[in-house]
Amino acid sequence: MDFEYLFELLCGGVVKGSIYALIALGYTMVYGIIQLINFAHGEIYMIGAFVALIITGMLTLSGYSGLSVLVLAAVIAMIYAAAYGYTLEKIAYRPLRNAPRLSPLISAIGASIFLTNYVQLVQTPDFLPFPELVPEFEFMESISRYMSSVDMVILAVTTLTMVALTVLIKYTRIGKAMRATQQDMVMARLVGINVDRVISATFIIGSVLAAIAGVLIASRTGQINSAIGFMAGLKAFTAAVLGGIGNIPGAVLGGLVLGVAETLGAGFISSAYEDVFAFGLLVLILILRPAGLLGKAVKQKV
Amino acid sequence: MAHLKRSFGISLWFMFLTLPLIVVRVNTVAREVEWRWQNLAWVGLGAFAIAWFWQFSIERRMAKRVRAAAEAHPEKQKHSLAQRLADDPVLSRRVLIGVAALAMVFPWLVSTGQNFYHVNVMVSALIFVVLGLGLNITVGLAGLLDLGYIAFFAVGAYTYALLNKNFGLGFWTCLPLGGVMGMLFGVVLGFPILRLRGDYLAIVTLGFASITKIVLENWDTVFGGAAGIANIPRPDLFGLELGGRDKAVYTYYIVLALVGLTVLVTNRLKNSRIGRAWMALREDEIASVAMGVDMARTKLSAYALGAFWAGLVGVVFAAHNNFINPDSFTFMDSAMILAMVVLGGMGSILGVIIASLALKLLPEYLRAFAEYRMLVFGAVMVLMMIFRPQGLINDMRRKYEYDTADGESDNGGE
Repeated sequence: MDFEYLFELLCGGVVKGSIYALIALGYTMVYGIIQLINFAHGEIYMIGAFVALIITGMLTLSGYSGLSVLVLAAVIAMIYAAAYGYTLEKIAYRPLRNAPRLSPLISAIGASIFLTNYVQLVQTPDFLPFPELVPEFEFMESISRYMSSVDMVILAVTTLTMVALTVLIKYTRIGKAMRATQQDMVMARLVGINVDRVISATFIIGSVLAAIAGVLIASRTGQINSAIGFMAGLKAFTAAVLGGIGNIPGAVLGGLVLGVAETLGAGFISSAYEDVFAFGLLVLILILRPAGLLGKAVKQKV
Repeated sequence: MAHLKRSFGISLWFMFLTLPLIVVRVNTVAREVEWRWQNLAWVGLGAFAIAWFWQFSIERRMAKRVRAAAEAHPEKQKHSLAQRLADDPVLSRRVLIGVAALAMVFPWLVSTGQNFYHVNVMVSALIFVVLGLGLNITVGLAGLLDLGYIAFFAVGAYTYALLNKNFGLGFWTCLPLGGVMGMLFGVVLGFPILRLRGDYLAIVTLGFASITKIVLENWDTVFGGAAGIANIPRPDLFGLELGGRDKAVYTYYIVLALVGLTVLVTNRLKNSRIGRAWMALREDEIASVAMGVDMARTKLSAYALGAFWAGLVGVVFAAHNNFINPDSFTFMDSAMILAMVVLGGMGSILGVIIASLALKLLPEYLRAFAEYRMLVFGAVMVLMMIFRPQGLINDMRRKYEYDTADGESDNGGE
C-alpha cells in the first residue's frame, strides 16, 4: 500500500469535493424551499466561469495580471451569476409555483438547454483557455507534491464561503426567513415573511456560490466551454442527494464524499470509470440510507 | 403607458444581463478583444418587444382566471382544440381513423423514387413516439419519475447488435428478446430502489443511465467502445432482401405497428385493475396502499412495462440506423423523452404522441436555423410550461370539487 499516493489522491479528492459542495449548496437550498430540481443551476455555474473568463481576458490583454485580477473577475462573475439566477427564477419558475410537480422540472431542463446554447451561440462552442492568475506561493513548495497553489486557494475560498453561508443562514434575518420558509411555506407567509423575496434570495445566494465554484474550477482546469455546466450540475446534484437533499451540511458532506470516492476510484482502479464510482456510490448509499447521509427519514402522517 | 415603462426597464435589465457575454469576445490566440455592440441593440429591442407581449398575455391569462373563478363552473372553461378532441369520443374516433389512414399512406405520399429522407425522419420520430408512450406508463400513469429511461433503450439496441454480431440472430428473433432484456433491467434496477421517494428515484435512474453509457463507452471488447457497433442488418421480410427505399418504408410500417400496439396496450391497461392501481399510487401513495394496492408489485410492473417498450423499440432503432454508439443514449435524450410526456400531458396517449412528433420533427425540419434551433427549443419548453403547465391534453380523471365560499377551487397545490 502506497500511503503517499493515497494521501495525494485524498487531497485531490477533497479539493474536487469542495467544488462539488459549493455547487451542491445551490441545489440543496433551492430544493429545500421549493422542492425543485433546478437543472439550470449547472448553467449558472458555467455562465459565472464565462463572465470571469471574459473579464480576465480583457484585463490580461491590457497588461494586468495576478491574483487581484482574478478577484475582480470573480466579483463581477458573482454579480452576473446572481442576476442570471434571479432572472431565471422569475421567468422560468415563478409562474409555475402552483403547477403540477413535474412542470417546473421540464421548465428547468428547457432553461438549461437555452442557456447552454445561448452561451455557445454568442461566444463559442470550443474550449477557451482560462488564464493562470494564481501565483505559486512560496510556502506551498514543501507540500506542492500533494497540493498546488490553486488547490490551496480553492480550499481556502470554499471554507471561507461555507463559514459565511453558515453565518448568513444561522444569524441573519434573511437566513431565519429562509429556514422558516423551508419548514413551512404557508406558515412562514402567515407570520409575515415575504416568501417570494426569500425564494429570490435563495436563488441569488445559490448562484453566487455556483459562480465562485465556476471561477475556481476554471483556474484549476485552465479551460472552459459552454457545456461544462451540465456534468458539473449533475455531479453536484448527486452530491446534494447523497448528503440528503434540502440539508445544507449534507450537501457539503455529500460533495466531499463524492469527490474523494471519485478520485480514489479513478486513482486505484480506472480513470475511465470515474463517473461510475460516483453514481455507484450514490445508488449504494441510497439503498442503505434512502434519505441520504444526513437526511432525516420523514415519517409520513396521514 | 405603465406597460411601456416596465418593458423599457426589462429591456434595460436584459441589456445589462447579456452585456459581457454578447458584446465582448476575447480572442486569446490573436490577443485581441472583439466588441460587438450591435448585438446589444438587438437584445434591447427584442427584450422590449417580448416584455410588452409577455405582460399583455399574463394580463389576459389573469383576466381569464378571474372570470373562470367568478363563474365557478370549471366545465364551461374553453378548452383547446386538442383537449376537446380527446374529450369527445365520437370526434376523436373519426380523427383517429383519419390519422391512421394518413399514417398508412404516408411513405407513398412523401417519397418519390430514391428520395426517402422524409420516411427516415418519420421512422426516427415514431421510434420516439413509442419511447414517449413507454415512459408515459412509468411517469404519466404510475408517477415514478424516471430520468434514465434512455438506458433501457440502449439495452434493447445493444441486445440486437450484440446478438446479431456474435450469434447471427435475426431482427425478428431479437425484437422480443430486446423487450425482455429491457424489462429484466427494469426489474433488476427497480427492485432495490422502490423504497425511494420521487426525487431520489429520479437521481438513481439518472445515475443508472450514466453508468450504462460509461460502461458502453469503455468496455471496448464487448460493446465496441465509443466507436460503437456497425453493420447491423436492417429488418428482413421473410428472408427477402429489400432495396434502400423499400427497406425504409418497411421499417416505417414496423414502427407504425409498434406504435399501434403500444397505444392499444396502454389504452387497455389504463382502465384495467393494474392501471387504476398505478394512477391511485400516483395520486396518493398512502391512501392507495391502505386500500390494498400492493405497492411493490404495482410500481415494479409499471417500471418493467415501461422498460419493455424501450427495449423493444431499441432493437428497431439499431436496425434502422445500421449503427449504434453510446452517443445516441445521452441524458439529453432521456430529458427529451420526459419532456414529451410532460408537454403532451401526463398520462394522455394522444398528447404524448403529438408532443413526441413535435419535439422530434421540429428540430429536424428547423435545420435551416441550425444555430438557433436548440436555443428556440429550450425557450419553447419553458414557455410551454408557463402557459400550459398541465401539458397539451389534461388527462386528469374526474374529481370532486368543492364550491368554496371565495370561489377558489382546490387544485391540489400546496
